[in-house]
Amino acid sequence: MKRQELLQTLRERFPDEILGVFEKSPKRVYIQIQPDAIVRLAQYLFKEIRARFNIASGVDGRNQMEILYHFTVEDIDLVISLRVTLPKTKLEIASLTSVFTAAHWIEREIHELLGINFVGHPKLERLLLPEDWPEGVHPLRKDYQEWDPNAIRDRGV
Amino acid sequence: MPRTIVPIGPYHPLQEEPEFFILTVEGETVVDIDLQIGYNHRGIEKLSERKTYDQVTFVVERVCGICSTSHPFAYTQAVEDLISVEAPPRAKFIRTIIAEGERLHSHLLWLGLAGHFLGYNTIFMWAWKLREEILDVMEILSGNRNNYAMFKVGGVWRDIQAQDIPQVLKKIESIIPTLEKLKKAVIDDPVLHARTKGIGILSKEAAIDYGAVGPTARASGVDRDIRKNCPYGAYDQIDWDMIVTQNGDVFDKVVIRINEMFESIKIIQQCLARLPQGPIDCVIKDIPPGEGIGHIEAPRGECFHYVRSDGTNRPVRHKIRAPTFMNLPTFKETVIGGTISDAAIVLAAIDPCYCCTERMAVRNRKGQTLWTGEDLIRLSQEKTAQIKTQMGQS
Repeated sequence: MKRQELLQTLRERFPDEILGVFEKSPKRVYIQIQPDAIVRLAQYLFKEIRARFNIASGVDGRNQMEILYHFTVEDIDLVISLRVTLPKTKLEIASLTSVFTAAHWIEREIHELLGINFVGHPKLERLLLPEDWPEGVHPLRKDYQEWDPNAIRDRGV
Repeated sequence: MPRTIVPIGPYHPLQEEPEFFILTVEGETVVDIDLQIGYNHRGIEKLSERKTYDQVTFVVERVCGICSTSHPFAYTQAVEDLISVEAPPRAKFIRTIIAEGERLHSHLLWLGLAGHFLGYNTIFMWAWKLREEILDVMEILSGNRNNYAMFKVGGVWRDIQAQDIPQVLKKIESIIPTLEKLKKAVIDDPVLHARTKGIGILSKEAAIDYGAVGPTARASGVDRDIRKNCPYGAYDQIDWDMIVTQNGDVFDKVVIRINEMFESIKIIQQCLARLPQGPIDCVIKDIPPGEGIGHIEAPRGECFHYVRSDGTNRPVRHKIRAPTFMNLPTFKETVIGGTISDAAIVLAAIDPCYCCTERMAVRNRKGQTLWTGEDLIRLSQEKTAQIKTQMGQS
């Protein structure tokens, strides 16, 4: 399947779920989707298109959080990033662990570093942060405040 | 049969890096495995948001000492994707040479360690001696044996001098006979066959489901290599083969890495022979708002960087995904059901790299009492007791 065919098929199959397609370059496409459609779209890309799930990146914006789910379709050298935006009042999205095992760790990581809840994840525990790290403190958020007076951290240049 | 828990780590003589495996065994058989990571978490993604684009190149170089080229390579690709520029041809060739040199030394390092894990220290000595030659080559090319500091957004910092090329080629060619000998010693050795064949099998379906990358996936018959599928650098202008095997066991992972070393030598030779003339970098004035993705094939698999810019001189978000992050969870497939004596080599077979996986905060204990030896023993005993109660044992 060529790139244009693939994008056309996606648009036809998910007319309501896809909010916008941004073709950044011949090798990169960003697709804004409805948050509640993530499982269906991920399933389609993984099972039908045989795309590989690279990783998800959580981004703390000013008014909302974003998650980008990156998929690579290696046969046509294309990276598709599904973008969902979540309001800060309700940081919740369905877990992709039912679709592929590859989502287990990254959802745990985003959960502890950004505080987004993944509904349906079987084991949403800490992955990287130590045991004595306080609950509800998410270091990758923009409003993160240093809580440990003894810590040496880089204060920028 | 009663279950016993065997903790490996966080500090263990066999491991170079801190990680904590909790193996549950019944007799000799491993029935469950759990893993705790985070001992190496340094907050590099957060750090990156406070550095300028040029500084980040050097920060990501220090994500990991072994793949000190993979991260800058993926990062510069991501920023170049963001601003839609391409490095000049000569820079692409130089980048490819450095990346392949790194693959050579990384695979040799792993091969040595794999031999060491199996109790076959001759391989360890041979492989690491050979690795020295590669490090010398890297020193000629970049001035450093590690952390080469060659990459910048839009090109490379340092050119390869014409008078250095014969010397580099000579050194690279001189390692081929030794590598052939090493290959024979490893692939034909009956003891190694007994220890690695049919051990720790990762099926093709599982490899795809776990999103495994690099040699770990290719040993299971997943014919994907970023260098071939999504070419970058000079890989689409060079003649080389992707190595794929079908069995998914430890032996196949050894074979893949050994054969990849010969491919790397081929790539370096061709690149040096066809090094185009021209500039080695391009001028980049400012970074527009937007986002970019860069992914490259590191020695352990695909290394993935995502960079978001808001038009200032610092990235707003920089996501790093090292290959081990995807390969590590496959332990659940490969270790369970095997014997505990095989666990060490199966765990090592994916060539794990924890500093990459965690990339993150050294907590300062200045002014407080340091831990004494007795404290550490007590801590370790407490931790073991804690795990035992968690697992329902006393």
